Amino acid sequence: MEWEPVIGLEIHVQLATRSKIFSGASTAFGGEPNTQACAVDLGLPGVLPVLNREAVAMAVKFGLAIHAQVARHSVFARKNYFYPDLPKGYQISQYELPIVHDGEVEIETEEGTSKRIGVTRAHLEEDAGKSLHENFHDMSGIDLNRAGTPLLEIVSEPDLRSPEEAIAYMKKIHSLVRYLGISDGNMQEGSFRCDANVSVRPKDHEKFGTRTEIKNLNSFRFVERALAYEVERQIEVLENGGTVQQETRLYDVDKGETRPMRSKEEANDYRYFPDPDLLPVEIDETVVEEVQASLPELPDEKKRRFTQAYGLSAYDAGVLTANRELAEYFEAVVETAGGKPKLCANWVMGDLAGALNREGLEIGDSPVGPDRLGGLVRRIADHTISGKIAKQVFEAMWNGEGDADTLIEGRGLKQVTDTGAIERLVDDVIAANPTQLEQYRSGKDKVFGFFVGQIMKASRGKANPQQVNEILKKKLSA
Amino acid sequence: MHNRSLPELSRALHARDISSEDLTRHFLNRIATLGGDLNCFITVAEDEAIHHARAADKRLADGDAGPLTGIPLAHKDIFCAKGVKTSCGSRMLDNFVAPYQATMVERVAEAGMVMLGKTNMDEFAMGSSNETSYYGPVRNPWDRERVPGGSSGGSAAAVASRLAPLATGTDTGGSIRQPASLCGITGLKPTYGRISRYGMIAFASSLDQAGPMARSAEDAAWLLGAMAGFDPRDSTSVDRAVDDYPALLGVELEGLRIGLPKEYFADGLDAEVEKVIQAAIREYQTLGARVQEITLPNADLAVPAYYVVAPAECSSNLSRFDGVRYGYRCETPRNLEDLYKRSRGEGFGAEVKRRIMIGTYALSAGYYDAYYLKAQKVRRLIADDFRRAFASVDVIMGPTSPTTAFRLGEKTNDPVSMYLSDIDTIAVNLAGLPGISIPAGFANGLPVGLQIIGDYFSEARLLNVAHRFQQATDWHTRIPPGYE
Repeated sequence: MEWEPVIGLEIHVQLATRSKIFSGASTAFGGEPNTQACAVDLGLPGVLPVLNREAVAMAVKFGLAIHAQVARHSVFARKNYFYPDLPKGYQISQYELPIVHDGEVEIETEEGTSKRIGVTRAHLEEDAGKSLHENFHDMSGIDLNRAGTPLLEIVSEPDLRSPEEAIAYMKKIHSLVRYLGISDGNMQEGSFRCDANVSVRPKDHEKFGTRTEIKNLNSFRFVERALAYEVERQIEVLENGGTVQQETRLYDVDKGETRPMRSKEEANDYRYFPDPDLLPVEIDETVVEEVQASLPELPDEKKRRFTQAYGLSAYDAGVLTANRELAEYFEAVVETAGGKPKLCANWVMGDLAGALNREGLEIGDSPVGPDRLGGLVRRIADHTISGKIAKQVFEAMWNGEGDADTLIEGRGLKQVTDTGAIERLVDDVIAANPTQLEQYRSGKDKVFGFFVGQIMKASRGKANPQQVNEILKKKLSA
Repeated sequence: MHNRSLPELSRALHARDISSEDLTRHFLNRIATLGGDLNCFITVAEDEAIHHARAADKRLADGDAGPLTGIPLAHKDIFCAKGVKTSCGSRMLDNFVAPYQATMVERVAEAGMVMLGKTNMDEFAMGSSNETSYYGPVRNPWDRERVPGGSSGGSAAAVASRLAPLATGTDTGGSIRQPASLCGITGLKPTYGRISRYGMIAFASSLDQAGPMARSAEDAAWLLGAMAGFDPRDSTSVDRAVDDYPALLGVELEGLRIGLPKEYFADGLDAEVEKVIQAAIREYQTLGARVQEITLPNADLAVPAYYVVAPAECSSNLSRFDGVRYGYRCETPRNLEDLYKRSRGEGFGAEVKRRIMIGTYALSAGYYDAYYLKAQKVRRLIADDFRRAFASVDVIMGPTSPTTAFRLGEKTNDPVSMYLSDIDTIAVNLAGLPGISIPAGFANGLPVGLQIIGDYFSEARLLNVAHRFQQATDWHTRIPPGYE
């Protein structure tokens, strides 16, 4: 039987606010334990939460970017459960009335077609702290620095039909939140993580199978592996006549498998009810309009513009717009180069991307800035140097040896375009190779390439190849 | 000295006839000599009080003093006072020294008031007799075999016995007004949102409200002015100017429309108490007020709705007391679950546990709609009753409590009968309205309180209406024998 996976993701995005969602403590990562937790974060008796308006604005931004409904009235609720890293014994979250609902994003499938993925809702909530079980005098320690960090939980519809689609969707959301500047998307630090709901059903069946939930996946690779494993596991269970248990599972990174959580850990009745310490969040039309006006150009729009305005292929435009910094870098290169977008794209996606990869750098850390790369492209475009010489210049720029013009000037790399000089070179090479001249004249066209090579070598690569070709052809046939 | 009103004390302090230190020592001395068997205080903060009194004297000497500078008061032990034990009447917080200051405590400190100590209360403010306190019951100064009411019983008894000129309290279902009534003092529960809840340990967040407890409406007006105001740290506090309460006390009552809800004069009301209330109403008529009967048709739903909403919120609010970060922790916990179960099992008293269980049940999957949601709907009905009533009357009057102070132990084994002692006060909390209880006379030799309920943010009117009565009568000046 052919099986079809049905996947939905719950992505937790840490919002890039300066202070926490309900207190004034800093959200910076990496402080000494409990140094970034104030009375409110510690859940001291008598403290009260006050909503961070910046977090609300960020949620609205996200809602507008995915063409969702931004609720004019949303409510914070308490999710009650006991855990040592949950200081109040409840998490403040949104339950019945989330701030964002009914949106969608577009992903590209493996087949290259585009597909719309529904976003059921996105709601604001606070993060919990961390329990530290190692190296703590044989006890468990609690670090509440993370407690109260604002999260946007983004819940998709079960519209994803393969682990690949799930990754494409996750990457799309990742790119979006970074474009919007509402999250740094840092997965190592836990700023972007997800839970996945997975089931399988016989292809062409409408009814969903029983699902399992895989908790706390914090890299694209783990999501893909965990989903692939879980889909296979469920198919195997069903094909052997078994039934899938509805349960929560954890992905074991070392073993590459999912396994059930202890059932006790999930047997919770959260007793949600509206938090009486917080007023409902009321968002009026003017706020929505202000946020709408402040939205940056988003990946889909940018991609469309790159294909139309720059004449780039859909693929190139997709690569260049996958992250905002790269897209901005590319546009700065084009501006300095004075056009030639295709050539610019080739350099950004080719030599530059290669060098960044080799050294494990992000675009923002590139030793060659867009002005310098643009300056190089300009000299290729106006034939000051050849593409081959340009690679030398790029390497020198990468090593911090100066900008393109200085390097070309200082090292005498300027292309020779003086017809008289090239003619002299051609004459010298022809005169020095009578045998090859004989061969060419007896019909061996291939020898033409030999002559070109010799001439370029004699010019130390600086002769304009096009002119060399023309002059050589003329002289040989004379 | 201890029978003087707040304006009299203020004048004496400003005239430098007395010093704040002398005044403070006088009350500390009364607490030490007369306070013992009343058990009003959980903590007497003697050193801090003297320190602050001296600071107040300096301000008075420097001409940097306000009308409240140098006046002592006592805070209910539900308010966090930095560096001072804040127990909330519970074993759970017997070891808790607040590391921060409640907004209200901060405000009255900035006004220069001197905190004498922290008063006894029902555990986590859950009780109507002050008998659920981990620190033992408070006794009523009018009859030490009787309860002072609760949960602000320590504050009420301290003011009645002149151990403190003023005190703060909190009122979730009647916890200021009912003990004020039973101890013969004036207690005001303001509109929900009038005084910041930041630093006030939560019982039921949507009902809790702090308020002043004093010997007279005039004193209460001064204290309320210092306590009230918007606080950005409390999202439910209301950003609205605070009235000049003392300045508005003198308004004539000619033409005041008083509504008497027939539901507040029904079965269960002690006949002697009713006589006192009727006499007080007649007094108002002689002051020029007009009286009409009104109806609050959903009044009988208030107690049941309250006993769903308040426990539901408390079950969540008290989850933070888990033995992990502060407060009581059981000896040698075997594992996490054992830590939770024994810390909470040993740290909380029976009434608190009862309410946590009721609330947990009411919020559980499958019961939420039938209980919590239903109770919230009832709240709206009750608020609508009041809205309709205030279309035709200015204030509503009735008894604060259906009986006078009952005997210690009389109702401890009958929670429902205990809950019914708040039958006349609870609806006011559910609607978020202000209400005041003032001494209206005596029944069976014990004080009776008249409750006056007003529309939202009508504290100035309530204090004015109470003050005019106190100008015409002397019930509020009566002193329990032995505390003169």
